[in-house]
Amino acid sequence: MKPAIVAFTFAVAAGLSQAAMAQPTKPGVTLERVQKEGVISCGVSQGLPGFSTPDDKGNWTGLDVDVCRAVAAAIFNDPTKVKFVPLSAKDRFTALQSGEIDLLSRNTTWTLSRDTSLGVNFAGVTYYDGQGFMVKKSLKVNSALELNSASICVQTGTTNEQNVADYFKGNNMKYEVIAFGTADESLKAYESGRCDVFTSDVSQLYALRLKLATPADHVVLPEVVSKEPLGPLVRHGDDQWFDIVKWTLFATINAEDLGITQKNVEDQAKLDKPELKRVLGTDGNLGEQLGLSNDWVVRIVKAVGNYGEMFDRNVGAGSKLGIARGLNQLWNKGGIQFAPPIR
Amino acid sequence: MSIAPRRPPAQWGIRLRRMLGGRSGWGGLLLQLLFLVALIWVGYEIVDNARGNLANQRIASGFTFMSHTAGFGVSQALIPYSEADSYTRVFLVGLVNTLAVSVVGIVFATILGFVIALCRLSPNWLIARIGGAYVEVVRNLPLLFQILFWYLAVLGTLPNPRQSVSLFDTFFLSIRGIVVPRPIGEAGLGAFLLALAIAAAVAILLPIYARRRLYRTGRRLRVWPVVLATLIVLPTLAMAIFGRPVSFEIPELKGFNFAGGARLPPEFVALTLALSTYTAAFIAEIVRAGIQSVPKGQMEAGASLGLSHGTTLRLIVIPQALRVILPPLTNQYLNLTKNSSLAVAIGYPDLFSVFAGTTLSQTGQAIEIIAITMGVYLLLSLITSALMSFYAWRLGRSMGT
Repeated sequence: MKPAIVAFTFAVAAGLSQAAMAQPTKPGVTLERVQKEGVISCGVSQGLPGFSTPDDKGNWTGLDVDVCRAVAAAIFNDPTKVKFVPLSAKDRFTALQSGEIDLLSRNTTWTLSRDTSLGVNFAGVTYYDGQGFMVKKSLKVNSALELNSASICVQTGTTNEQNVADYFKGNNMKYEVIAFGTADESLKAYESGRCDVFTSDVSQLYALRLKLATPADHVVLPEVVSKEPLGPLVRHGDDQWFDIVKWTLFATINAEDLGITQKNVEDQAKLDKPELKRVLGTDGNLGEQLGLSNDWVVRIVKAVGNYGEMFDRNVGAGSKLGIARGLNQLWNKGGIQFAPPIR
Repeated sequence: MSIAPRRPPAQWGIRLRRMLGGRSGWGGLLLQLLFLVALIWVGYEIVDNARGNLANQRIASGFTFMSHTAGFGVSQALIPYSEADSYTRVFLVGLVNTLAVSVVGIVFATILGFVIALCRLSPNWLIARIGGAYVEVVRNLPLLFQILFWYLAVLGTLPNPRQSVSLFDTFFLSIRGIVVPRPIGEAGLGAFLLALAIAAAVAILLPIYARRRLYRTGRRLRVWPVVLATLIVLPTLAMAIFGRPVSFEIPELKGFNFAGGARLPPEFVALTLALSTYTAAFIAEIVRAGIQSVPKGQMEAGASLGLSHGTTLRLIVIPQALRVILPPLTNQYLNLTKNSSLAVAIGYPDLFSVFAGTTLSQTGQAIEIIAITMGVYLLLSLITSALMSFYAWRLGRSMGT
């Protein structure tokens, strides 16, 4: 099976070749290698509408996918230079640790134990999420607190597995949890009636509900039982690569803040405003400090748009999911999305 | 006049040299020692490098995580388990689940395999063709597909718990599995079990005595009425004196699921069915080959002695066929155990799913966990092999070979 192979190769590689493992931990190595190969490998999900999913022509789209494309645009000025590697929740960290991918952008929750013990660094938050429950409307359940003794389907290798245990135990409720290898297997078991409840991050519930035969027969309960800040992550050790991914994400948020959009980015770069000149690289050398070219933000926004545009196109009002901005609105518009300044 | 045979030279010295040094004698031994040292050095380097590199990348290593709290639920635990238990407990739960599905699977696969092999060899045209069709269909479809077929297409169509099929309102069949009354030990349980054990001992020993007597005196002793009487009378007597051995907890629908009773989850049923029917197809072919390897004359000899077809098979053909059957049969047992790791696809919490899956992704300690898991599967396989070798050895001895 795949996870075993990845982990085994990893074990052998870790043991046998000091070079293969030690190299990427030095700053600068990842960018150098990526530039030589002309493509970045990006770990994504196995198909989650709105976040990372291939369309009928095999092109990947989604919010997480756009993060990969933004990084490719910043480096190569070409958002197509990404090799997408679909990973299950279980395999994702091993793939990053072993060097199979350069960047993991797969609706992954930022937690302390992952940040410290997995040898990874989280580069920021692309989506503030929380865990919820979906049930069939016919059950006439209005609150998660009515779910005592229910059977619950969940995907293995996620924070959801532990959150369910915490929530039900905390509320003195009995439950039976059945953990499947992939989200699709878990969803199929829920649809067949094996489980009363399907649990996942709320954004995923809305996305996966679209895959059900009759989405209208299912309802997402109001309770949100956990904090799930989702974001991209990189291997520990290469701080330059970490900075590039982190600031690519910040650049999209700053762009929205400054009103820079995919359409007007070229015109904005010509304006004589100090902040715009600095961000868009007509003044100073902020891009070069990252190891990129000075017009890096122009490249990013031209390729994928600003954060607001990415959100709307993939999961927001302009998409099939139609999720409200909510917490993911900018901090000065009622949300908590905030990026440190580019200066 | 006879010539006394010459005493052979002491063999142990030569044998030792052969064993340790091979054909090149003591020089060979030195080479082997050097090779061993090199192997140990390579092994040491692997462990040492891995440890150094993990520390470099700040990936946690070591085995302390085994005592940390797991914090997640497992749907089927044959030993007591709660979220507050450690990862060691999770490991044991997974191991027991793997063992359960493997042992049950092996038993069913063997029985089904033998039956199908006998069908294929049957002189009845229809039965032989049915056996042949079974083998060709089942062994040529991927196992994962068959597991999903049983789980989603067969068990997945069962009604939900509220509309479950029930028998006397005590046995229930639904998509949540089979729910049956659970026996609970009462005061009379100890006495009842003791009585049962005595009766069982009588049932086993008496026929042995009868057979010995038959061989010695030539007179047949009718033992079955006595055995039957003991089996019925003793436990009944114990029940009458010491009270009911067990009472039954009747399951009842409460909320979303059945409360009380014992439940056989559909994941276990689907996995066992898939593994045993799939492996049975291979076992059937092995058994057929084994039986056909016994010369036809043996069958005819049995017939000429006046033995029935069944008795000839049981007493003459199968014991000889077993010698051919056992080695490949062991392979199938090993395959079944290892194939049980496909359980993760249908959410059965076997070792691979809860330990090399959930535990791995929660702790991130891939090297340690994969090493432990590999060790366990290796150990299980070696134990199975050893048991089968022991059986083959005993069989060989009893046949005087």
